[in-house]
Amino acid sequence: MDDLDSRAAQALADIGKADTLDALDALRVGLLGKSGIVTAALKALGALAPDERKARGAEVNRVKERLADALAARKATLEQAELDRRLASETIDISLPGRDGERGGIHPITRALERIASIFARLGYQRADGPEIEDDWHNFEALNFPPHHPARAMHDTFYFGDGRLLRTHTSPVQIRSMKGRQPPIRIIAPGKVYRSDSDQTHSPMFHQIEGLLVDETSSFADLKGTLAEFVRAFFERDFEMRFRPSYFPFTEPSAEVDIRWETADGQSRWLEVLGCGMVHPNVLANCGIDPERYTGFAFGLGVERFAMLRYGVADLRAFFENDLRFLKQFA
Amino acid sequence: MKFSENWLRELVDIQADRATLAHALTMAGLEVEELTPLGDGLDGVVVAEIVGAEKHPEADRLQVCKVAAGQGEPLQIVCGAPNARVGIKVPLATVGAKLPGGITIKAAKLRGVESFGMLCSAKELGLDTDASGLLELPSDAPVGQSLATYLGLPDASIELKLTPNRPDCLGLFGLAHDVAALFGSRVKTGEQAAAPVTSAARRGIRLEAGKDAPRYLGRVVEGIDPAARTPLWLAERLRRAGLRPISAVVDITNYVMLELGQPMHAFDNDTLDGDIVVRHARPGETLKLLDGNDATLDEGFVLIADGRKALAAGGVMGGFDSRVTDATRNIFFEAAHFAPAAIMGRARKLGLHTDASHRFERGVDPELPRRALERATELLLAIAGGKAGPVLVAENLADLPQPAPVTLRRARLRRVLGVEVADAEVARIFTALGMRVEPQAEGWRITAPSSRFDIEREEDLIEEVARIFGYDRIPTASPAGALALAAEPEARIGELALREQLAARGYFEAVNLSFVPAELLARWGLAGQGVPLANPLSADLAVMRPLLLPGLVEALRHNRARQQERVRLFEVARVFAAGDPPVETPSLAIVASGSARAEQWGEPSRALDFFDLKGDLDALLAWGGEPQRWAVHADGLPAWLHPGRGARLSRDGETVGWLGALHPQLAKALDLGPDVHVLELALEPLLARRLPKGQPVARFPSVRRDIAMEVPEDVAWSRIGEVVRDSLGDVLKELRLFDRYSGKGVEAGRKSLAMGLILQDASRTLTDEDADRCVRQAIAALEQACRAKLRG
Repeated sequence: MDDLDSRAAQALADIGKADTLDALDALRVGLLGKSGIVTAALKALGALAPDERKARGAEVNRVKERLADALAARKATLEQAELDRRLASETIDISLPGRDGERGGIHPITRALERIASIFARLGYQRADGPEIEDDWHNFEALNFPPHHPARAMHDTFYFGDGRLLRTHTSPVQIRSMKGRQPPIRIIAPGKVYRSDSDQTHSPMFHQIEGLLVDETSSFADLKGTLAEFVRAFFERDFEMRFRPSYFPFTEPSAEVDIRWETADGQSRWLEVLGCGMVHPNVLANCGIDPERYTGFAFGLGVERFAMLRYGVADLRAFFENDLRFLKQFA
Repeated sequence: MKFSENWLRELVDIQADRATLAHALTMAGLEVEELTPLGDGLDGVVVAEIVGAEKHPEADRLQVCKVAAGQGEPLQIVCGAPNARVGIKVPLATVGAKLPGGITIKAAKLRGVESFGMLCSAKELGLDTDASGLLELPSDAPVGQSLATYLGLPDASIELKLTPNRPDCLGLFGLAHDVAALFGSRVKTGEQAAAPVTSAARRGIRLEAGKDAPRYLGRVVEGIDPAARTPLWLAERLRRAGLRPISAVVDITNYVMLELGQPMHAFDNDTLDGDIVVRHARPGETLKLLDGNDATLDEGFVLIADGRKALAAGGVMGGFDSRVTDATRNIFFEAAHFAPAAIMGRARKLGLHTDASHRFERGVDPELPRRALERATELLLAIAGGKAGPVLVAENLADLPQPAPVTLRRARLRRVLGVEVADAEVARIFTALGMRVEPQAEGWRITAPSSRFDIEREEDLIEEVARIFGYDRIPTASPAGALALAAEPEARIGELALREQLAARGYFEAVNLSFVPAELLARWGLAGQGVPLANPLSADLAVMRPLLLPGLVEALRHNRARQQERVRLFEVARVFAAGDPPVETPSLAIVASGSARAEQWGEPSRALDFFDLKGDLDALLAWGGEPQRWAVHADGLPAWLHPGRGARLSRDGETVGWLGALHPQLAKALDLGPDVHVLELALEPLLARRLPKGQPVARFPSVRRDIAMEVPEDVAWSRIGEVVRDSLGDVLKELRLFDRYSGKGVEAGRKSLAMGLILQDASRTLTDEDADRCVRQAIAALEQACRAKLRG
């Protein structure tokens, strides 16, 4: 008996010292295996008297349990250490850059244009479009510009040999949208427009958004409210705004809209951002809409101007150079 | 329209300060574009006379002047101006004066000589840009008087950006009426007195241009003093209106034009021959204009002629030969009314824009000629003397515009503006604007003065009320009425979503001008395509592009020239083709160059190739949900694509675009390498999207069988797919290519393709035998159709 105890004590010490799973397994075989000491002690029970056998059996089983627990505990420890080692060896530099993480980006003009269009879409304005190569009737005459009228001189126009022209504004889309339709009409028409003018602050091609609402109740007050809401929604802030009388042949009364803009040096100045007005009765009549029954308002804005203000772009020409160092700023 | 503030204030009585006036003008639709204060900080500057001048003993360029300034002994002043000389009157900044530029005048020694003040140029006083010498004042300028008092300063030069509908404000007279209405004041312009007629000189006038020139007034003034000089006050007003004084007669006509808005002309009466004839020009008739250029006219022009020759282009510019010179003693004044339609576009046709044409094409009050003529005569007699003949009038009253009353309905006013304006306010506004107001049950009957060409219908009146009432007093409201929600078609990919998708794949959106140089198109083999402009800004911006790629590749080059090797750009815009009407097709273009992947550390770098770009395209096509409707073809390639590395793209058999490597010759001409790959295709087919329709998922498992086949090099993968699909039918769910090999172990001219067949039956589980039979079938079909051999 003493023999088993002492060997068990020795085995426990050995288990504690085993430093690999293999060594531990060898120990387990030596203790609990077919020819292990515990197995031998159990086998030896058969030779004892029944009463002695019972007591001795219980004792051997206790030893067996202690050894088994110790083996399991040591095994868990060694396995954990093994796992820790393996995991440590698998460690990567997580600060290395990811793969294919590069993103391109949409153009700031598109970005501003879509933002504007989506604000009006929420107000029920439907997108409309028309050709960029227009005819005189849609671009001028239907919009109440008589031939040779000085108001045309405000539009430096590109012409084609056949009398067609590049639209100078998105307003002809008003005509195309109203023809053959009856109010209520709410449309928003973004697109490219062209004027024969090129310098630091003018590009021969630029983008406009035209808005038009025609129904039985709209008034200049509604126009003011709509545009004030829009400016607030686009810039996400309140502005001091003013509506100034102006003149466009296709609206009357007409207005230009200024917002009070703070410049970098802490000064502020009025900045013109929009043209608008009540749709001229001649324009409604040209489109087959009864100007007595219906009234409407229209507005037009330059997308580049809004993009410049919103994103702090100082030079108009940067929009059309397509320099990646510029484009990446808007990704 | 530029004018002197003091001049305006002389015509209308207002107390408002300068800033208030400017703001009110802007808010009334008469936008103040520029406001230049004049003569601020002239305290201590007086009129002085140079009474003595000697050379400075130490400096060649300086003079030591004795200057009389009205108090005590003449002052000693050292001066370097080239025009400093004895006898002239000039501005003197006395010691202690603080000039607008910030200089404070002190007693000083210049090269050892004491100086007690400074003689000034116009620029130093902030009055003009002229810094060439001292500002010489008229000889009758009172020595010692404050310069500001003498010149009528301080003043301001105000420039309005007038809209074309307000020609009435192209004269101070009309502007004063608007200002009076804005401030509830009155204009101070009374009746114009008729000049005394002291000569019987006359000249016949014949009107032969119908309603284009329905009124022509003239007058002969004889015996003026050709040496008479424009008085300072008048010259100053012209200067502050942006006009240079020229000569007394011309200055007077300009002055009257600014004051009243009526353009006038003065002829040298001695150059005229017989009656004045106002007629249309004959086709090809020529006239030497005041500016010295010969103009060729057509019958659209109104011509002022005499019995023998053309004299002036009516409403545009006078003629050279009949102009007033410094020898002219006898004048013939013209003050006429030309219909706007007769003048519109005429000056432009001659490449001109004159003060007269600017006014006439917008409309000048037909009642002004007599007043203008009397005013000009009054000024001329006062300045240059002479004897005035009678006013000569030719007019066709029936052809003159007749002021017609316009009705304004109270309800309409309210409806259009969305605000209630009190009746009394409406009446006040119209009265103040010089309109006749007749109240009626439902509103008002308004008759506008003859100067207001823009008042033709009810809306014009509504605008006037809004303008004077104040746009800022109109409330803000929200449109009422039901909101019709715009339907978003689901079977169409949104353009923005497409752009975002391309951005997510690493492409940046570019926006190029729609115009390209014809030369660039020629280089791309696209000469004659696109739509050429008749009046391009330059040869570089001459043709509306037939294809986005030439411009987009230029953008790529721009970036390559700026240390960007890997460039990925796309553009969405329209391309243009000639036609009636021209055809505009929205298009998508992509360009890519450099390495296939952004520079990274984990894998060897590889140049971008055809299949990278095709992968991007495949992703877009997969989005539409119907990639099977699309096909690539190796034939029918445009000249700008590599003939062996390009593809034509079709949808439902119709060509919709191309992709591939740039043709090496084009790439070389553009100084680009073989890595530049491009794609362009019509946008609409790409945006079409299948609306998904739910199907039950397969209940039985799929089986995969891999085979490797050797085929001749010229057998396309698409052909193999076709053959396999045809041979197996619906049981083939998918065919995947997972390896392609040629070289050692494969016969020359042949390639090995390893493919996986994914097989599945909708009604049962496929057995091994089923699968094997399918494979055998596929192999047999390939052997037969593609000269294929199974690899061992």
